[in-house]
Amino acid sequence: MITPAIEAGQLTVSYGGRRVLDHVSFAIPPGSFVAVLGGNGAGKTSLFRTILGLNTPEQGHVLVEGQRFGKGRMPVGYMPQMRRMVAGQLSGWHMVAAALRGRVWGVPWYSAAERAEVNAALNAVDAWELAARPVMSLSGGERQRLLLAQALLDHPRILLLDEPLASLDPARMRETTRRIHDLARERGLTVLFSTHDINPLMGFMDHVLYLAHGKALLGNVDEVMTTPALTALYGAPVEVVRADGRLFVVADGGADTLHCCDCAEHTR
Amino acid sequence: MFAYEFMCTAFVAAFLAALVCGPVGWFLVLRGQSFASHALSHVGFAGAAAALLWGEPAFLGFGLSAVLSGMGMGVASDRFVGRDVMIGLVLSLAMGTGALCLHFLTHSAGAATALLFGDILGIAPSSLYWLGALAIGCVMGLAVMSRPLLFASLQPEVAEAKGVNLRLLDVLFLALVGIASAMCSQITGVLLVFTLMVAPAAASLRLGFGPMQGMAAAFALALFEAWGGLCLSWLTDCPASFWIALLGSVVFAAANGIAHLRGR
Ligand SMILES: Nc1ncnc2c1ncn2[C@@H]1O[C@H](COP(=O)(O)OP(=O)(O)O)[C@@H](O)[C@H]1O
Ligand SMILES: [Mg+2]
Repeated sequence: MITPAIEAGQLTVSYGGRRVLDHVSFAIPPGSFVAVLGGNGAGKTSLFRTILGLNTPEQGHVLVEGQRFGKGRMPVGYMPQMRRMVAGQLSGWHMVAAALRGRVWGVPWYSAAERAEVNAALNAVDAWELAARPVMSLSGGERQRLLLAQALLDHPRILLLDEPLASLDPARMRETTRRIHDLARERGLTVLFSTHDINPLMGFMDHVLYLAHGKALLGNVDEVMTTPALTALYGAPVEVVRADGRLFVVADGGADTLHCCDCAEHTR
Repeated sequence: MFAYEFMCTAFVAAFLAALVCGPVGWFLVLRGQSFASHALSHVGFAGAAAALLWGEPAFLGFGLSAVLSGMGMGVASDRFVGRDVMIGLVLSLAMGTGALCLHFLTHSAGAATALLFGDILGIAPSSLYWLGALAIGCVMGLAVMSRPLLFASLQPEVAEAKGVNLRLLDVLFLALVGIASAMCSQITGVLLVFTLMVAPAAASLRLGFGPMQGMAAAFALALFEAWGGLCLSWLTDCPASFWIALLGSVVFAAANGIAHLRGR
């Protein structure tokens, strides 16, 4: 049997007694492109942080390539959900380079080989023209591209991308997804790509990992994105609607309205 | 002016302070923590005044209290977020305590002015040895931690995921800021630490240098401020602190002008 790239067993994550992931189990095959889907607060970021070893599970385990790696030793590239960007006055190049063997004590002085590595990562995401500009002058999407370049450093085999489409306009979303997809195929990377809207990923993903109410469901799009499957996952009536070749998940109103797509609320 | 020993001492002390304040200040501004140097120098003032009252050197009291409170700040950093009123009160309390200690000192007026505004011409030549040792220690410490510190400053979540200990770096860095503030206050006094730590660093960042060149440029600008201040003070017989503060503003304004012309 092939060792899964990421395997969770009875994984339970809580914050102060509140369960975000509740006995979740799944196994992600290596080399697959997985959309991690769920509304705000469904636990996508928490799942990523747990995989990285930054959150300690209350119960259960998560293995990367069948092992428990020491902190910082995982072959995983991580692109965090966009936060404030400090150091807006440094150039894009330096912001990416800071991640290159950044845990090593010493001065941030880069050898020719290290500079070449940074340049290669920037080229891989077509971010070369951003390298010389101060980070604060870049748009949200351009910063995302730098963060993606940063995640490619140190030759990861797995990418955890937390909402990489967050600050993009719709036209850019598919372009970005395609870039990540092609890059991953070319390098044989496993990708976990979190998003609250599945539509920009249609045609690119191999699997969907759907998170809701602390539970998770992994499968291909046709298995997961159905009314019965999601109703079972939510434990409440949920309807999957196809319109214009797009998928919408419509849940009953109230606090549990989910945003599988931006239009869910308007559909009701 | 170099015929006088106290002027030579002052130039060397200013060099050492700039050597530490430039690079430490660069990280301070990069991390958006420039308030920390301000805060630590206020706490350091109380420590210095208390040391004087006990008959110990002011520098020792300043250094100890600034380093300890810097480390405390690093440990408790999460709890400071959004507590600006509390922080302000603690700083006022520190200044008030310092004033109280000075009140019980006999020759308090001179000591207060020296602490608050600096007394660079009063530095004893013998103290250059340990100022030098301290400067070398600080620069070496920063050199060792600057790579992970840069990573942690720019992308804390990723750095954490790659095994960087954010809390440890926070504590170590703020301890360095404490030492740097103590050295700087020898030159500029408590109230003007900001001008030698923050102004050159902010100017260097505005000019768009990378980390290594940026730290070097911050050092060069701090040295320009400090030595320029000493020369102008010699020529005009006005306090060096005034000239250093003025040059700090000039340097920062000039850097902004240049950045603007370049369209950054
Ligand atoms: N550090 C934390 N402390 C307490 N609660 C948290 C923390 N991080 C996340 N949560 C909570 O856990 C839930 C899941 O959050 P998150 O994983 O960020 O969801 P998502 O990324 O899917 O939007 C949310 O309700 C959030 O408020
Ligand atoms: Mg999230």
